[in-house]
Amino acid sequence: MTHSATRDTPGTPDSAPGTTRRRGHPLGRLLRHPMAVVCLVLLALIVAASVCAPLLTSAGPTRATLADAFAPPGGGHPLGADSVGRDVLARLLYGGRVSLLGGFIAVAVALLIGVPTGLLAGYYRGRSDAVISWLASLVMAAPAIMVLLVSIAAIGPDTNATMAVLGIILAPGVFRLVRASVTSVREELYVDAARVSGLGDTRIVRRHILPVVQAPTIVQSAQMFGVAVVIQAGIEFLGLGSAGQASWGAMLNDAFANLYTKPSLLVAPGLAIVITVAALGLLANALRDALLETGAPAARRPGRPGAARPSALPAGGDDSLLAVENLRVTYPARDGERTVVDGVSLTVRRGEVVGLVGESGSGKGQTAFAILGLLPPEGRSEADRLSFDGRDLRGLGRKERNALRGCRVAYVPQEPMSNLDPAFRIGTQLIDPMRRHLKVTAREAREKALGLLERVGIAEPERVYHAYPHQISGGMAQRVLIAGAVSCDPDLLIADEPTTALDVTVQADVLDLLREFQQERRMGLILVTHNFGVVADICDRVVVMRTGQVVETAPAGRLFAEPRHEYTRMLLDSTLEDAPPRAPLRQAPATGTSLQEKV
Amino acid sequence: MLTFLVRRVAAGLVLLYVLATTAFAMMSLTGTDAARNIAGTMATPEQITAKRHELGLDRPWISQYGQWLAHAVRGDFGTSWFGGDSVSESLVLKAPVSLSIVVSGLLLATVLSAVLGVAAAVRRGWVDRVVQATAIVGYAVPSFLMALMLSATFAVQLGWLPATGYVPLASSPSGWLRSITLPAVSLAIGAIAATAQQVRGSVIDVLRQDFVRTLRSRGLSERRVLFRHVLRNAAPPALTVLSLQFISLVGGAVVIEKVFGLPGVGSAAVTATVNGDTPLVMGVVVYLVLIVVAVNLLVDLAYGWLNPKVRVR
Repeated sequence: MTHSATRDTPGTPDSAPGTTRRRGHPLGRLLRHPMAVVCLVLLALIVAASVCAPLLTSAGPTRATLADAFAPPGGGHPLGADSVGRDVLARLLYGGRVSLLGGFIAVAVALLIGVPTGLLAGYYRGRSDAVISWLASLVMAAPAIMVLLVSIAAIGPDTNATMAVLGIILAPGVFRLVRASVTSVREELYVDAARVSGLGDTRIVRRHILPVVQAPTIVQSAQMFGVAVVIQAGIEFLGLGSAGQASWGAMLNDAFANLYTKPSLLVAPGLAIVITVAALGLLANALRDALLETGAPAARRPGRPGAARPSALPAGGDDSLLAVENLRVTYPARDGERTVVDGVSLTVRRGEVVGLVGESGSGKGQTAFAILGLLPPEGRSEADRLSFDGRDLRGLGRKERNALRGCRVAYVPQEPMSNLDPAFRIGTQLIDPMRRHLKVTAREAREKALGLLERVGIAEPERVYHAYPHQISGGMAQRVLIAGAVSCDPDLLIADEPTTALDVTVQADVLDLLREFQQERRMGLILVTHNFGVVADICDRVVVMRTGQVVETAPAGRLFAEPRHEYTRMLLDSTLEDAPPRAPLRQAPATGTSLQEKV
Repeated sequence: MLTFLVRRVAAGLVLLYVLATTAFAMMSLTGTDAARNIAGTMATPEQITAKRHELGLDRPWISQYGQWLAHAVRGDFGTSWFGGDSVSESLVLKAPVSLSIVVSGLLLATVLSAVLGVAAAVRRGWVDRVVQATAIVGYAVPSFLMALMLSATFAVQLGWLPATGYVPLASSPSGWLRSITLPAVSLAIGAIAATAQQVRGSVIDVLRQDFVRTLRSRGLSERRVLFRHVLRNAAPPALTVLSLQFISLVGGAVVIEKVFGLPGVGSAAVTATVNGDTPLVMGVVVYLVLIVVAVNLLVDLAYGWLNPKVRVR
């Protein structure tokens, strides 16, 4: 759409697009969720048992028969009797009515207040939004227990009134959620279009806004219902509920009073509360999955980066600094596995600059990360050979790998601003690896860091040293990252699109800097890029990649003079100044996997 | 930074004023007839009127409120209508009891939720499932039910810890620890559930950040990356949840105090609520709001420490 630079998405490969879309009616989706069905059935049973209480037991919930005190289960009392001989089953069933009614009142009040105000504030914004938001934050700041106690002191012990007050306490949460949903839809183009086409506000709200608000509000209602049941039980346990009615909280109170003589009285009301609330909570989770489709990634077992098939091939044996043979990188996908790097081989000699070129999604970034052992946990890599300076990198333990990384093999990332830890000063981030690898004192490391900052062309090293990442520019941040990468004199530097995120004016400087370091220290350099201009500038040899495979490897001069592979020719053509930049690529015959959507 | 703090303190005082005024209005305008409660059921109408006059309840609301406010700003919250003792003094006596269990519960929750949350985020697998399951348990089991079960098991059946009573820290540190263990654990479990979830989520988010990969590329040990860099960046959202948990623990403590027979602010608040004891209720209101304001202030300071962007601005 826009002509922003094409970039690899480093780290996690693009998640499979277009696979999690709405499937069928929301209710249907909910019913396919086994947990949701279990919860709904449980809740339906609880509701039915409470409503049908008179049919299920002939005992009255408050009728005390002192002779039956602490009666064991069985006979006239299926679940036994409490300390004054009231039937536990009857109290449980009738208590359910109190809990459910209380929860219903609290949720209804919260929705009645929260939804209209949220719609109002989110849709019209302006002053009404400011006033309501302020009120909401005020109510949220008041400790709930304080509001409840004061209202009980003021109104008297009335469970339903207290639950209505709880609804007021919960209302700001609903308000915020609705307001946030409305605000986000309001920004959408189709709402503007609806307005332009002359739809009235009421219809816009009903047709376009309410459907969006619905799902999160339902999820929240289930959660609030659970909270209300818990708080109500607490209020009744304290003896602050309506007098003379059976409730789960009051049953717990009775059990508490007889904790020494009959602790088993805890079981019935305790289970009732826990089952009801757990069902509501799990239902809320299931509703969220079914209605909101957050598509939370399933927890995957972490793969072992760099782990590979043992191989009979000896490590090393020639003068290459880095040797990669038949590297494969795969990610778990819905249908088995997705291969993002497929049989890549390359070598880098000491003092050589190798360009790793390809479009977004060609696997060049993933190749770089696999060499560094920095694939995300779900990524897996294997190779017939992966050796650095004669050492096999495949079987290395974490410790050995860390001893090598940063010290002998270093990395310059693509996006400078997101690659510095925002919470630490730049100086600290430069010093840490030096102290670890070079075993220098803090003072020496500091001297060296300041020297490096000056060397990479930062005008005020002292200031930048003490600055936080957000206080410096992108160009400076990239210089800092280069300084960090070369701080321990590595033999191999892997730079992943080091100039892509920078201004054109800074790009050349940063390339020059890399080139200078590379020549000065005779480093091997892998330059991952999609830019043939960069390749022409500094690369000795070029590896061209496409959809995870190497299509051509050649010395830079020859590649430009006589590209052998058709794809290389197309890439080269597309970078010619007067050619239409992307058009030829689209017509490329698709062999194997199709190119990923780019730009 | 200083102006920021001053602004936050001022906002806290406004909150305190608004909430105290609202509470006072609710108590005075709709409150149960305290004079009748105090005078007793046998009292004659004349006695009740006299009592009402004595408490100043026959004066207009605004005048009662003005008087309360004038004293309250000087730290004098009057005397309880029922016990007759000074509200400020009894709160000062009772606050350490409540804060002992709330603060220990919070510390316990902080440490355990950090450990569990990080473990779940890094290891995934079964640790993750345990943390997810704990979250449901923490949500579904009210803290006072947890307290009842712990009390029934560890105090009543096994007799390992006292079922009731409070031992001041000054008189016996070990006795204090024993007396607050069960209450603090009951409070902590719910908080652990909520906070561990949050820690897990934000650690996973931070682990996906580019800078974590770059730090690893520098050869820093996994432990250092995790505990120094990832935790520091994951802390702010967890801190927000923790501060909300603190406030809900203060509420939970009211019920927990009853279960363990602790003479804290919560027990006093319940009694005052039942009686309609306005001076004591108002004292509790001020105490609770002050705690909220203080916690929010601490969280703001911690944010500043954790996030340099906030600090510099």
